[in-house]
Amino acid sequence: MSTVFIAFQTNEDTRPIVESIMEDNPGAVLDEQPAMVKINAEGKLVIKRESIEARIGRSFDLQELQINLITISGNLDEDDDTFTLAWNN
Amino acid sequence: MDMKATKKKLGLKEKYAHMTRGLGWETTYQPMDAVFPYAKFEGIKIHDWERWEDPFRLTMDAYWKYQAEKERKLYAVLDAFAQNNGHLSITDARYLNAIKLFLCGISPLEYVAHRGFAAAGRNFPGVGPRIACLMQSLDEIRHAQTQIHALSNYNKYYDGFHDFKHMLERVWYLSVPKSFFDDAYSAGPFEWMIAIGFSFEYVLTNLLFVPFMSGAAYNGDMATVTFGFSAQSDEARHMTLGLECIKFMLEQDPDNLPIVQKWIDKWAWRGIRVLTLVGMMMDYMLPKRVMSWKEAWEIYFEQNGGALFNDLARYGIKMPDCVKQCTVDKEHISHQAWATFYQYGGAAAFHTWSPTDEEMDWLSAKYPNTFDKYYRPRFTYWREQAEKGNRFYSNTLPMLCQVCQIPMVFTEPDDPTQICYRESEFKGEKFHTCSDGCKHIFDDEPEKYVQSWLPVHQIYQGNCFTPSANPADPAFDPMLEVLKFYNFNLGHDNMDYEGSRDQQNFNTWRGLATKNV
Ligand SMILES: [Fe+2]
Ligand SMILES: [Fe+2]
Repeated sequence: MSTVFIAFQTNEDTRPIVESIMEDNPGAVLDEQPAMVKINAEGKLVIKRESIEARIGRSFDLQELQINLITISGNLDEDDDTFTLAWNN
Repeated sequence: MDMKATKKKLGLKEKYAHMTRGLGWETTYQPMDAVFPYAKFEGIKIHDWERWEDPFRLTMDAYWKYQAEKERKLYAVLDAFAQNNGHLSITDARYLNAIKLFLCGISPLEYVAHRGFAAAGRNFPGVGPRIACLMQSLDEIRHAQTQIHALSNYNKYYDGFHDFKHMLERVWYLSVPKSFFDDAYSAGPFEWMIAIGFSFEYVLTNLLFVPFMSGAAYNGDMATVTFGFSAQSDEARHMTLGLECIKFMLEQDPDNLPIVQKWIDKWAWRGIRVLTLVGMMMDYMLPKRVMSWKEAWEIYFEQNGGALFNDLARYGIKMPDCVKQCTVDKEHISHQAWATFYQYGGAAAFHTWSPTDEEMDWLSAKYPNTFDKYYRPRFTYWREQAEKGNRFYSNTLPMLCQVCQIPMVFTEPDDPTQICYRESEFKGEKFHTCSDGCKHIFDDEPEKYVQSWLPVHQIYQGNCFTPSANPADPAFDPMLEVLKFYNFNLGHDNMDYEGSRDQQNFNTWRGLATKNV
């Protein structure tokens, strides 16, 4: 299995996003660095629109993730409901 | 008349289909081959451009919206930084020398990336990559502008920030990053995508931006962190474009594999050579360090790059051969680079210095196999000499590698006490390279690399002096004249940090900021 990851700027916009990701992906590992928070996961990581909306109390477009995104690793697939990173091996 | 339309919002996939694919057409006044003359000459075979996927499915309207939001956030921070004397919050003015190197060596390349992606977008017949390249082209000019704007704040107070464009086109060490992008830009659109989109953006960009920006955060440089992360937020899209492009080329035709593999091998090595400057910055230039170059290399290249190449193995792609050499090099290159800049500190537009004892202990802990054995004695000797008033500055000119343009300072893979030289012949002339990797690249396209504008050769040919220089004058000092041509502020931009104007000013201003006088 290979590691996929996603990193965001550390700020108030990303706090609920990171919390949602950690809840939806058991086994994901949080790596907090200066001004940056990185989430590592084995093989696959899924970000769900609904989980973020439940936390922030408003509708959320997954493309908003881009504003605070720092980097990703893995093949990406994005639709209206999920943002998925995965390695095909 | 009132038309009642049930307004159903388009899904992401539908919207993307309409607003990218829906915008393309087959030309009729001119044949497609005449409209897109660069689409075929590199030998890459594409049968169906419609199969191109953009997994972000970003359309132009959404692009403007999110980019505007990023800019608003960025400029709010930059204003606060300027209004609150943010330049005095950094750990130490020594730190700014890394930023000078960034402004002169990296920011102008953002502009070249802007031009390169505009050209790639123009030259690809497929609509999907055209739109993605257009967005990246706009991102890159934003990066150049925001970096120059953010760093202009430092230019008000510190030396070495005043003429990055002029320097980029002339100065010996800046020809390293410049020639890297020029090499890519003068290739065809597919090679450009492998060079910059894939090798640089996907495989290597994390090594440049992530440790650099975390380092800036650690050292209190809010301006750099903010533009860095703002630029980096576009990077995920760029990385995705690079990866999709390579997968697309490999899926379209099996004949593309050897061409793509050759470019990956070439551009991985070219990129890694350029990143030597980043390694040096991480290990020697940050007063507070985040991680060593070796650690960053292991996380972002060995682990992350390993996962990527495992994934690409299904297409027949192999890890570039140079990785073997890189595994040896990761323990050496940052030390060799700083030792070089220390010696040429008279001819650089930023300050250099001896590492302190504490810093050397950190380096031995991070590099247990090499630092104490090969490098500590060298730095200790130079420091002792400096303390006796003999700060060493080399006044000779080094030989440069014909490909990467780095002075020949790297050592043999099996002997770190022996400088590595390789020699090739082309049309009866000898050409020199720094490594097997660079020699291989030269030998594959000698017609291209014999044209390199090598700063040292140019000095010897008399092309690097101001019009007022007079070689017939008995007092003529060639090195001094070259530095004038570079537009260095002599005695302020260059030489040791110890005793510099930057050091004095920073200490005075910081004193004023914390006391009533
Ligand atoms: Fe950029
Ligand atoms: Fe080289």
